[in-house]
Amino acid sequence: MPNAISPTLVDTALSASLVFDVAHMFAGGLVLISFLMLYQDRLYALITVFALQAVVLAFSVAWQAFAQDAAHLYVTAAIALAFKAVVIPLALRRMVARLGIHRQVETVVSVGPTMLAGIALVALSLVVMLKATATAGALAREDLAFALSVVLLGLLMMVTRRNAVSQVVGFMSLENGLILAATGAKGMPLVVEISVAFSVLIALIVIGIFLFRIRERFDTVDVDALDRFRGGRW
Amino acid sequence: MVPSALPPELAATPQMLGAVAAVAALLVLSAAGIIFARRPSGRAVVYGGSLGVTLLAGLSAATAFGGPAGALVLPLGLPWSGAHLRLDSLSAVFLLLVNLGAAAASLYGLGYGRHDPAPGRVLPFFPAFIAGMSLVPLADDAYSFLLAWEFMSLASWALVVSHDAEPGNVRAGLVYLVMAAFGTLALMLAFGLLAEHGTGGFTFDALRAGGPGGWAGAVVLTLALVGAGSKAGLVPLHVWLPLAHPAAPSHVSALMSGVMTKVAVYGFIRIVFDLAGPPAWWWGIPVLAAGGTAAVVGVLQALLQGDTKRVLAFSTIENIGLVFVGLGLALAFRGNGFAAAASLAFTAALFHALNHAAMKSLLFFGAGAVLTATGTRQMDRLGGLIHRMPATAALMLVGCAAISALPPLNGFASEWLIFQAILLSPELPAWGLKLLVPAVGALMALAAALAAACFVRLYGIVFLGRPRSDAAAGAREVDGFSRAAMVALALACGFAGLFPGFVIDALQPAVGAVMGERMPPQGSVAWLSIIPVAESRSSYNGLLVCVFIAVSALAAAAAIHRFATRAVRRAPPWDCGFPDADPVTQYSAGSFAQPIRRVFARSLFAARERVEMPPPGSLAPARLTLSARDPAWTFLYLPLAAAVDAVAGRANALQFLTIRQYLALVFGALVLLLLVLALWS
Amino acid sequence: MAQILVQGTQMLLVLALAPLLTGLVRKVKARLTRRRGASLFQPYRDLARLLHKEAVLAHNASWLFRAVPYLVFAATWVAAALVPTFATGLIFSWTADLIAITALLGAARFFLALAGMDVGTSFGGIGSSREVMISSLAEPAMIMIVFSLALVAHSTQLSTIAGVMLAGVGVRVSLALALIALLLVAVAENGRIPVDNPATHLELTMVHEAMVLEYSGRHLALIELAGQLKLLLFLSLVACVFVPWGLAPAGPGFAPGDFALAPLGAFALGMASYAGKLAAGAVLLAVFETSIAKMRVFRVPDFLGAALMLGLLGTLLLFVSGIL
Repeated sequence: MPNAISPTLVDTALSASLVFDVAHMFAGGLVLISFLMLYQDRLYALITVFALQAVVLAFSVAWQAFAQDAAHLYVTAAIALAFKAVVIPLALRRMVARLGIHRQVETVVSVGPTMLAGIALVALSLVVMLKATATAGALAREDLAFALSVVLLGLLMMVTRRNAVSQVVGFMSLENGLILAATGAKGMPLVVEISVAFSVLIALIVIGIFLFRIRERFDTVDVDALDRFRGGRW
Repeated sequence: MVPSALPPELAATPQMLGAVAAVAALLVLSAAGIIFARRPSGRAVVYGGSLGVTLLAGLSAATAFGGPAGALVLPLGLPWSGAHLRLDSLSAVFLLLVNLGAAAASLYGLGYGRHDPAPGRVLPFFPAFIAGMSLVPLADDAYSFLLAWEFMSLASWALVVSHDAEPGNVRAGLVYLVMAAFGTLALMLAFGLLAEHGTGGFTFDALRAGGPGGWAGAVVLTLALVGAGSKAGLVPLHVWLPLAHPAAPSHVSALMSGVMTKVAVYGFIRIVFDLAGPPAWWWGIPVLAAGGTAAVVGVLQALLQGDTKRVLAFSTIENIGLVFVGLGLALAFRGNGFAAAASLAFTAALFHALNHAAMKSLLFFGAGAVLTATGTRQMDRLGGLIHRMPATAALMLVGCAAISALPPLNGFASEWLIFQAILLSPELPAWGLKLLVPAVGALMALAAALAAACFVRLYGIVFLGRPRSDAAAGAREVDGFSRAAMVALALACGFAGLFPGFVIDALQPAVGAVMGERMPPQGSVAWLSIIPVAESRSSYNGLLVCVFIAVSALAAAAAIHRFATRAVRRAPPWDCGFPDADPVTQYSAGSFAQPIRRVFARSLFAARERVEMPPPGSLAPARLTLSARDPAWTFLYLPLAAAVDAVAGRANALQFLTIRQYLALVFGALVLLLLVLALWS
Repeated sequence: MAQILVQGTQMLLVLALAPLLTGLVRKVKARLTRRRGASLFQPYRDLARLLHKEAVLAHNASWLFRAVPYLVFAATWVAAALVPTFATGLIFSWTADLIAITALLGAARFFLALAGMDVGTSFGGIGSSREVMISSLAEPAMIMIVFSLALVAHSTQLSTIAGVMLAGVGVRVSLALALIALLLVAVAENGRIPVDNPATHLELTMVHEAMVLEYSGRHLALIELAGQLKLLLFLSLVACVFVPWGLAPAGPGFAPGDFALAPLGAFALGMASYAGKLAAGAVLLAVFETSIAKMRVFRVPDFLGAALMLGLLGTLLLFVSGIL
């Protein structure tokens, strides 16, 4: 992927390194916020941090739109801002309030080892991406590495949390990583963006309904509790 | 390949002859130890003699640092080759370390030996142990090396089991013997592999000329890591060390922890850096990983111990880990063609080895002094010794501060150099190293911080607070010889900390001989700073730091005493209004470690605490039981022992066969061997 | 000569400013909670009062107990004087690099923890034990931060690092990580909320205060002053590395004897910007402290573990990519 800067930017006297630095800053910020999410042990705080990640993602996408001079990316940014920073967090908060589970996130593994695993995953994704894309431009390479990190950290969050709501948040954050990757690579059509955004929204709705169903049936949203009702083990 | 500047035919230098004479004298002293064992003069003869011999030998080794290498062939050992000995600059460094450590231990032994319940079991083996350790760096062929190595192991084993009446010592001796034999086996295989590629014969020259490198070299590296690493105490081969080192008499513990582990480091350096040929880029990886693991595991285990000498033994594992981190960096730099950085890392490793020899000997002497004065090694029975044993307390404080890497003492200087080497490593091109080195750096920083916690705990529980038993309350200061030995080592720690440049310069001939490149000279830098790479990059001046702190502290004291007040009033402790009457209410060794145990040891060592609370109304005491396990035992040695047991159980059936069946077994074995010979290409 | 003068100015400057900084933090905190608060200069008065009181020692306090306050004060003061405040490249700045400064603070803490155990009270033990637990995570985190900075600037010398930062290194992800980690470490090292509460004497929550519980009079004054110096040190560190603007390039920049007006102007600018940075830092710290609750002691490892991980992540990024 070339990191050639579009002529409009050169005209506006923005140095290439600034474009580069700011894009990195946003991408790195996303990774950092993923770590912040791993660190949280309260659901409301977790949702707030998730909203923050969506805001940073929106800025990142907007910056890419500006840097690549691609107007459709502004739409993507707006979608991210509207849905992921506002609608979904609000819906999740309502869900948590109605379920009455705002006290604690139970983690399967404690924070320290989780963070350690997170570091290892970031290192892994950096090595894999920097190796795999040796020919691409520096901006795209490191953006992709960060994006993969966000995806993996989202997965890690889903793996290490027992509470279904935090698993949903992990899933959404994983999707943030995908958007970061998509905008870093040039030429992603808007249709794909929108369809991805809607599929996520639908996923949220489905999971939400699912959550209430679980609660009605078992009086808990701890997914480990579900295991007890599986056939064969008990 | 090592650019060996030595001509093929080497003369026997005076230092070489001196070293051999010293070994001979030590063996004579060993014999004298048998004769004089029962007499009171035996102590003076053996320890006094060892002190004299090792001091002289140490001085002679010091003069061989930069000089030409000396060699000697003695008509001993294998009849067709003889025993090849050589004293080059690397050997000289370790010979000096062995002899000075041994001299301090001998001086200490003059006083400490008085309290020995069974001198006849210590006196003969003490000089022999020193002789064995002196011979290892001198050996110049594989056979002599292994012989000296095994001699050293056996002599130290005899010292470990010298007090066999104490519970646990026999088991310690057994575990030590098994691990030592295993280690020697690994080294033997390593030399065998080297000889396979060599130019014939087992002299180091022949092995060096073959210097296989590549995959064969990697196998040699692994075997050396196992063989020398088990002697040095690398995790998970460390299990014997915390059992055996504390079991020996304290001056021997000091020798084993401070000196013998360094001889093992020498063995590793000689085999891997000198004989195994040009390193591949990834050779540093296993060494770095082993070092980083040993550093953290060792210090965490040290924090869980309640026995003073066991704390020190585990701390040895930590410091050996740091030395191996330095060596691993040196290998990685060398394998990737960064000669200057490699020499920095190698110097740092050697420097830390020297420093650790001084500070760990000092600490073991102090622990021995406490043992003499109170009769116990249990931290929870000690306390308040700073009032009873002021000199020992002050000297131990120096040791604890040095090993906790506090500036301006020597432990900090060498750890600082290792950190500087780590900061050069982003230049390394390989991905594996790029990921591993920062992780090892983090482990090392963690180990350094935990070491400080560990020695705050050791010193605070043993020397500060109020006595926790009558023995501690009635302790008396130890004899002059012991104090003199501790003073000498504390001065060594101070010197190496304040003038690290001189030590670094003194090490450079050895570094140059092994790595092919030296660090820039430090002794001539203005103000005696050390500048490992460039002034704009990093510099450190222990002397000035010390002067600044001393001047500021004195100025503050003078100003306050002059202008404010110097009035002091003694009163009962405040303690928020509830001073505790009973010393038992003080923090104990276990309670001090509780926060760290909870944070670090829960998952790693399965540390658990269980409180048994009697029902209300019952007069029984509540009990807190702590448990922790060493994962090396649980996951490696116990399954291994179980497997050996199972195989032995099966093999037991072989003892009850008929003669015909035995003959069939022999016949089968013969045919099998012939088949192997026939199929061997 | 002039260089030694500048170095001496810095030593006295940090000593003189440290209580004022603490006073400012307290004042802002008081105003934020709608109290009037004590005067800005109250810390000076407290110190003077303590200095003139007799020192009350427990019966079994040893010589170490009496020596530690001087050692702690001296080590912290030397460390604080080695961090560039208004000018870089002071004559003795090469005595100790950032690793050594970290270790000096570690040495101060080592002795303070020992002093906490000297009298043999249970509170002293609590304090020491918790303090070493906190430092066992804070110190490696700090070393990782040093690594990140050193890898960007190719130096562990603070003056060089500040120079490189001043010249501009662009926006770096790893530096952002290092900054956050440094702030977390600074909060923990100085015993501020949420890690420790400098104003509490509630036994279950205190760490630092429990350790120095037995101290009184001039000894307590020295330890308090050392604490104030440490706060100043960390603010100066953040200021000189992350907001280096205004620092006067002293030292090798001008020849001895050539003590002309130009450097004086630069120094004046440096002093003014330093004062501004300190004030800003104090206000931010006060706002942070008032807006957050103290955490449980066993939550602190997570907090500092996060700092360690961020530092490690920053170092890792620099190792792997070199330009992040």
